[in-house]
Amino acid sequence: MNVDSSSLNKYTPDEMMTIAAARLIWPGCVCFVGIGVPSAAANLARLTHAPDIVLIYESGAIGTQPRVLPLSIGDGELAETADAVVPLPEIFSYWLQAGRIDVGFLGAAQIDRFGNLNTTVIGGYGKPKTRMPGAGGAPEIAHHAKQIFVVLKQSPRSFVAQLDFCTSAGFLNGNGERARRGIPGAGPQGVITDLGVLKPAAGSQELTLVARYENVSVDKVRAATGWPLAVADIIDVVAPPTADELRVLRDLHKRTDIAHAGDARRFRKTPRPSLEQARSIA
Amino acid sequence: MQLGSLQEIIDQYIHDGQSVALEGFTHLIPFAAGHEILRQKKRDLHLIRMTPDLIYDQLIGVGCARALTFSWGGNPGVGSLHRLRDAVENDWPRPLEIHEHSHAGMAAAYIAGAARMPFGILRGYVGTDLPGVNSEVREVRCPYTNEKIATVPAINPDVTVLHAQAADRQGNVFIRGIVGAQKESALAATTLIVTVEEVVESLDAPMNAIVLPHWVVTAIAEVPTGAYPSYALGYYARDNAFYLAWDEIARDRERFSEWIDRHVISSRNHAEFLDSLAEAA
Repeated sequence: MNVDSSSLNKYTPDEMMTIAAARLIWPGCVCFVGIGVPSAAANLARLTHAPDIVLIYESGAIGTQPRVLPLSIGDGELAETADAVVPLPEIFSYWLQAGRIDVGFLGAAQIDRFGNLNTTVIGGYGKPKTRMPGAGGAPEIAHHAKQIFVVLKQSPRSFVAQLDFCTSAGFLNGNGERARRGIPGAGPQGVITDLGVLKPAAGSQELTLVARYENVSVDKVRAATGWPLAVADIIDVVAPPTADELRVLRDLHKRTDIAHAGDARRFRKTPRPSLEQARSIA
Repeated sequence: MQLGSLQEIIDQYIHDGQSVALEGFTHLIPFAAGHEILRQKKRDLHLIRMTPDLIYDQLIGVGCARALTFSWGGNPGVGSLHRLRDAVENDWPRPLEIHEHSHAGMAAAYIAGAARMPFGILRGYVGTDLPGVNSEVREVRCPYTNEKIATVPAINPDVTVLHAQAADRQGNVFIRGIVGAQKESALAATTLIVTVEEVVESLDAPMNAIVLPHWVVTAIAEVPTGAYPSYALGYYARDNAFYLAWDEIARDRERFSEWIDRHVISSRNHAEFLDSLAEAA
């Protein structure tokens, strides 16, 4: 499954976002991962510069090394390639709440200037315009992980002055409110979008643009932000994807698409394994 | 422990108005049991599940539920549960009362339920809007340190329904793989119903495996492939293509109702349901 090498000098904003997020992961990092771009970025890091990353999924898989990206948080692939599979209540109590997670990797539908996240509703809670899936593990991941990285596309719809609902706390109103309220983790230390990277400013904790991708202007990032965006004095330009990063990421997506494809209606009964055989598949 | 057909067990133990938890975190979701509840037209149920998944999308879409306790209501990796959304956004086919938690909160509530404690505790919910919309999320002061700790009331379903790989003839149930909060939800319930891939002479379970002893199990039905399109580790894989296809089926009220009629209502049992999907291919 090799990707055509002639395409490796071109890339999409989504690929850049995933790759920029993956680069934030360090070798040996213990990483609590959500499905979607966070999972793609964490697995890209594992398949490139951080092979010893410890991936933890809330379904109970600890130290998992999936060959393809899971569609759901509980795909068998995650259990079958894990160092340990533990009950879900244990994941949240003994592992996350106990402070054993270096990085929580989250997505969101809305983010505000202090990195607070909404994955619950657009509109009012009682009669929402759009009902979204809700909290899942995110509130406590955002609370307890030593730091979190947030990955989402940047637009005035997602980067909003006022969240419709705060599902997961970032810096609340900034200026140390998070710590004053006794929340242990350091909160969102990196927000990676399809345009650039934001980090909290010292003191105010307001998200500040610190890096942009090549061919993305600061004005474009400002226009995609629903509040007057704070911009660092010196803006880094993120290095474009290497051929290796693109090849690994595309191979991963290609393997994943093949694994999840098929016609659902074509369900066939397969010969059933004996319990003996079933037990040996682990 | 009673060993019987799924039809007779659902008829005997699940009644209108009860609180019912069909647990299993992505893995071992008791779809066959959910479909039988749907076929028997149970009404006014208070459904409980951490991740409602497609099975509750179906039960909500046909109007079996009056309330839902949950912590993440999406189609995993795909997007929305459209029937759940339609119920919350438009009261279709009927209004749905929601009791919303985070996963950590709901796990704590199941643990408390299993232990017959009045509430569960966790460090969480601080600074979020969740306590503002769920008045059951409260806090206590630690009697030792005076720290504020979040509390959630115990969840004790009238009936919990699980799917598992195997049971022996005595009714001991063996669960392996991703186990979610199955053990906690099982022990929190008044009545525990389990469907299994197969009933065997002997489980030969490893010493520290999750085994629910026969005397906490109310009834067992043998339902091969009973978790499809979820999965049973060691038996069959999750049909991710079905989860992808569900997005289109559930998006439209009519198409959803036709699908339910054609595949679930018109089938007398789970085997016929699977056959009807195969025929539609």
